[in-house]
Amino acid sequence: MKISLAPINYCWEKTAVDDFYQQATQSRIDTIYLGETVCSRRRLLKFNDYIELATMLNAHGKNVILSTMALIEAQSELTELKKYVDNGEFSIEANDMAAIQIAQQANLPFICGPSINNYNRASLDILHKMGMSRFVMPFELSKAWLDTVLNHPNRPGFEVEVTGYGYIPLAHSARCFTAKHFGLSKDNCETICRQHPKGILAQTQEQQSLLRLNGIQTQSAAHLDLTSEIADMIAMGVNFFRVSPNDIHDIKRADELVSLISHLKNHSDEADNKTTSSNVNACNGYWFGQAGLQQV
Amino acid sequence: MELLCPAGNLASLKAAFRAGADAVYLGLKNDTNARSFAGLNFTPEQMKQATKLAHSQGRKVFLTLNTYPKPGEESRWYQAIDLAAQLQMDALITADISLLDYASRRYPHLPLHLSVQASATNLAALEFYQQAFNIERAVLPRVLSMKQVKDLAKNSSVDLEVFAFGSLCIMAEGRCHLSSYVTGQSPNTGGSCSPAKHVRWQEDGNQCLTRLNEILIDTSNIDQQLGYPVVCKGRYIAENESQADYLLESPTSLNTLSLLPQLANAGICSLKIEGRQRSPVYVEQVTRVWREAIDSYLANPNAFTELARWNETLAKVSEGQVTTLGAYERQWQ
Repeated sequence: MKISLAPINYCWEKTAVDDFYQQATQSRIDTIYLGETVCSRRRLLKFNDYIELATMLNAHGKNVILSTMALIEAQSELTELKKYVDNGEFSIEANDMAAIQIAQQANLPFICGPSINNYNRASLDILHKMGMSRFVMPFELSKAWLDTVLNHPNRPGFEVEVTGYGYIPLAHSARCFTAKHFGLSKDNCETICRQHPKGILAQTQEQQSLLRLNGIQTQSAAHLDLTSEIADMIAMGVNFFRVSPNDIHDIKRADELVSLISHLKNHSDEADNKTTSSNVNACNGYWFGQAGLQQV
Repeated sequence: MELLCPAGNLASLKAAFRAGADAVYLGLKNDTNARSFAGLNFTPEQMKQATKLAHSQGRKVFLTLNTYPKPGEESRWYQAIDLAAQLQMDALITADISLLDYASRRYPHLPLHLSVQASATNLAALEFYQQAFNIERAVLPRVLSMKQVKDLAKNSSVDLEVFAFGSLCIMAEGRCHLSSYVTGQSPNTGGSCSPAKHVRWQEDGNQCLTRLNEILIDTSNIDQQLGYPVVCKGRYIAENESQADYLLESPTSLNTLSLLPQLANAGICSLKIEGRQRSPVYVEQVTRVWREAIDSYLANPNAFTELARWNETLAKVSEGQVTTLGAYERQWQ
């Protein structure tokens, strides 16, 4: 099993994004996904900036994949998407059926991102025939679900990736919740989300952290952490453990996970390396077939 | 322009047809459809009766098969497709790739409508489903502006159906995990958003606390009329604020009566009324208003005006008695 780094979900300043990926070049992370997946109004980095970053990371030995938008509504967004698919060098992560359609037409392989509705093996096999080389498990599915998909009727011909660390994107809307919160309309949003590089936390009226507003995306307030399940994932044959960053320090965290994986591989006879998360607001419920916000 | 109405049971189906629905959509009494509330939906025998009744009146009936099969349990969904074909139902509304594949190969004459749960919001996604599975129609999620709907309708090779009235879903449908994050049950697999067994209303003095799986979604005055509790329509406290607010959306229903001429001009083939979980009285009232509105438009498109009494009737059965144009109106976004 290898470590992958998910695209940055937030609207970070260009210098912060550049610093982040510079630091990533020094890490032992195997695979890096990058690109704007949340909102086409975020134009702090443009297509060419992402290609430049991808080329730089690739020169440092990283496997680079360009991630595409999760909610595509306008023709202009389709035109932009086509540019990503046709980049001529890097594979793409499809986060909407549109990307699958365009990749398929161009006869290019693709990776299915977590926002593609993949809920059974038959559907995955159909997508595999269409060119899907890897799929990232939808966030709300469980270990038991994955076990069935991996073993029945036989091992699949595609790779499998599980999101194991980070805030969970739970929904996408046409409405920008960040803009709404500040009394702005989406069309005149002033890219206000750049002032909230970790989103805006929303608590219940009993001060329980519940959601995180990130533009048109709604995330979990609790932090997913499946570090304790890595040994099981290796045994199951999961190919990638995905870290979704919310801070530059997550690169260090991802690096530690690389060490943990290699340690577990070399010491498979050791007792299960089960540790509970130190994060007070951690969650892992989905993996155990329970409510996503729960910590089992 | 078809008027498509919800039928949670036979009484609603009859009410819909009595009030002028051209077609109804219904689901089986199990987790193969996204409204698997207790007391709702049809047994295979009732479905047969429903189809017979619809066809005897020259109306149409569509089977909603809009959850995603769980691995190892696909047979329930396949059997539902077999049944729809056998009963000669007028279409299958489905989202899952494996079901579209199964239906299009086995029953090429059974029309396929892409369910809103597939979340197809653009031309390339529609092309994907049309080319791979020969879908005839797609139901658009409630996240597009009127201009985006028009652009799609102009260029799409499949017919388009839109939500005209009912509870407002503000997220890209089929890709929302808010309910499963809080309750553990997903609309995509378990069949309902905010399952009733997780809902609890708790009185506290003159306050009513609304809880979903014990998470406090909202606090309201005891005499306030409450909508069905979903995570996206709760009141929460944002970082650096002290007051709770509707950070995503308030309880409200979608009402597109004022857009009727634009939707007709755009060539939208079907107007969908939401609410299989609502009563036959709701179905009858809403259907009657929309029948009258569509007929009035068709009789004289240039002179169409919304009647105040139509909107009054619709407001009365709306969540919080408030209606909105939702994402159709750019300003809402």
